[in-house]
Amino acid sequence: MWLYTARRLILALVTLALAVSLLHVMIRAVPGDPAAIMLGPRATAEQREELRTRMGLDEPPWVQLGIYFSDLAQGDLGVDVKTGREVSAIVSEQMPYTLVLILTAIFWAAAIGIPLGCYSAVRRNTLIDRITGVLSVSVIAVPSFVMALYALLIFAVALDWLPATGAGEGLFNKHLILPSFAVGVSWVGYIARVVRASMLEVLGETHVRMNRAFGLPESRIVFRYALPLAILPTVTLIGVGMAYLLSAAVFAEIVFARPGIGALIVNAVGERNYPIVMGCVVVTTGLFVIATALADLINAMLDPRAREGI
Amino acid sequence: MTAATEETQTTERSALGQYWAQLWRDPLGISGLILVILLLASAIFAPWIVPYDPNKILVGQKLIGPTAEHWMGTDHLGRDVFSRVIMGGRIALQVALASLTAALTVGLVLGLIAGYGPRWLDNGLLLMFDAVRAFPVIIFALALVTLLGPSLYSVIFVVAVTSIPIYARIVRTQTIAIRNNEFIMAERSMGAGNIRILGVHILPNVVGPLLILASMDVPLIITLEAGLSFLGLGVRPPTPSWGTILNDGYSFIRNSPWPVVFGGIPIIIATLGFTFLGEALRDIFDPKLRRDL
Repeated sequence: MWLYTARRLILALVTLALAVSLLHVMIRAVPGDPAAIMLGPRATAEQREELRTRMGLDEPPWVQLGIYFSDLAQGDLGVDVKTGREVSAIVSEQMPYTLVLILTAIFWAAAIGIPLGCYSAVRRNTLIDRITGVLSVSVIAVPSFVMALYALLIFAVALDWLPATGAGEGLFNKHLILPSFAVGVSWVGYIARVVRASMLEVLGETHVRMNRAFGLPESRIVFRYALPLAILPTVTLIGVGMAYLLSAAVFAEIVFARPGIGALIVNAVGERNYPIVMGCVVVTTGLFVIATALADLINAMLDPRAREGI
Repeated sequence: MTAATEETQTTERSALGQYWAQLWRDPLGISGLILVILLLASAIFAPWIVPYDPNKILVGQKLIGPTAEHWMGTDHLGRDVFSRVIMGGRIALQVALASLTAALTVGLVLGLIAGYGPRWLDNGLLLMFDAVRAFPVIIFALALVTLLGPSLYSVIFVVAVTSIPIYARIVRTQTIAIRNNEFIMAERSMGAGNIRILGVHILPNVVGPLLILASMDVPLIITLEAGLSFLGLGVRPPTPSWGTILNDGYSFIRNSPWPVVFGGIPIIIATLGFTFLGEALRDIFDPKLRRDL
């Protein structure tokens, strides 16, 4: 297990480093001078030259990459060209909003999805199982931002029950309800499907048949013996699904005018504010790589068969 | 006895007829097929369907609700939303077609190279695939749009680049599985070259599952295109796209809900249609691919 953990973490680091290098190469590969783009068309040649030196753009590419990595290792993501603030400060200011949104969404989705999937598996091929199946596929297929827009339209604009924009005071309040609905609703579908499939598998195992043979009540078999096993794949699903959660959060933040990483990066893309965009990309990619690695590790801890492969 | 009758029945029917019968028995698959056909037909015949020029500004008719003349109302500039929705379908399918073609071609070639080529090349390519997949898709898309500038081609490029690693990995796995088969060894002992083995023997075995997976990715592509356009970072105005219709409608949501209502419906129809059809096709052609996700 230790060996696996070490290998998995090294793999995560290597992927992250490669991804960041790839990003760096891409920025350099784009025609045009980043300094000129950042300063806009009205900048003088001296200003451009000054920024180029400050950004280290006149160094050879591998030196630039080295500088970038050493800065990154010290938590330095560069400086925002517009306000002159540290990018790391800006990102860490916005991060809690996104994290709270994602966690709330996943929490309520699991709270509904797990019982739903469990019920579908136990009462297989009943009408409710069929309906759950179709609905799960549907909420997974329909893009989250369309649901966000409809939710906004119905509950904020037409009925005026919930606030349409902003994050309100503090992190947890009713401003969180609509965005977390929009982010989480497809996850009800994902989780219900995965729990149903794994529950069916577990219910077919010999130890469950054994329980039945001993005459245990069905509810005890399901809740005490089968469900704890059947929930496990959900952990992996959430880890791997971090990317989907992030992208849903980006859209929810735009639709509901909430602060957060998504709103930050979208606005920065519109202004072509490179340092902010790159800072956000690095942080979210790091988050995603860590989440995937964690999910793999938890999975390996629970199921030794998963430890092979890397 | 029953087995024998079944066998004679299946031999009487053509393979295609069998698939068709299987699809016919799947109500979701059929409804998906109908939605997809509707969508394709409306995209192909769009110029003859639209009652108005989608970019024509009708003076004095801003943000009106659905009427007999304007089935889906008009937007904040006074453009007919129905015409824009129909024309927007063309953009969505165009992006899907172009990016899938590019991603499948490149993914297929890279996957074959990784699966069939030398070990070091395989490892190198795998690392590259993993590096690209390390980015959350939407974040990567936003970064690429910053670099390339928002346009229809950026969207196609983004979709292609993010899907290539997925397809390439599948092709690689399949290629490795087939490469060590006995019939490949037999072929080689008869003096077949690498090109012949790859093109005649491995390719046909790899393409099937790949196409099914690609068909299931169509909803994701439509989502990404509409999403980027909704953020104002995809297709440039005034080109009608479902995302830009939603974006325009969102800015004026307090004045009129209709552009948002009708801009969202085609996205729902398209994603549901392709998903239902894709799942049905997968169950028919390759149940092994079923990843219960």
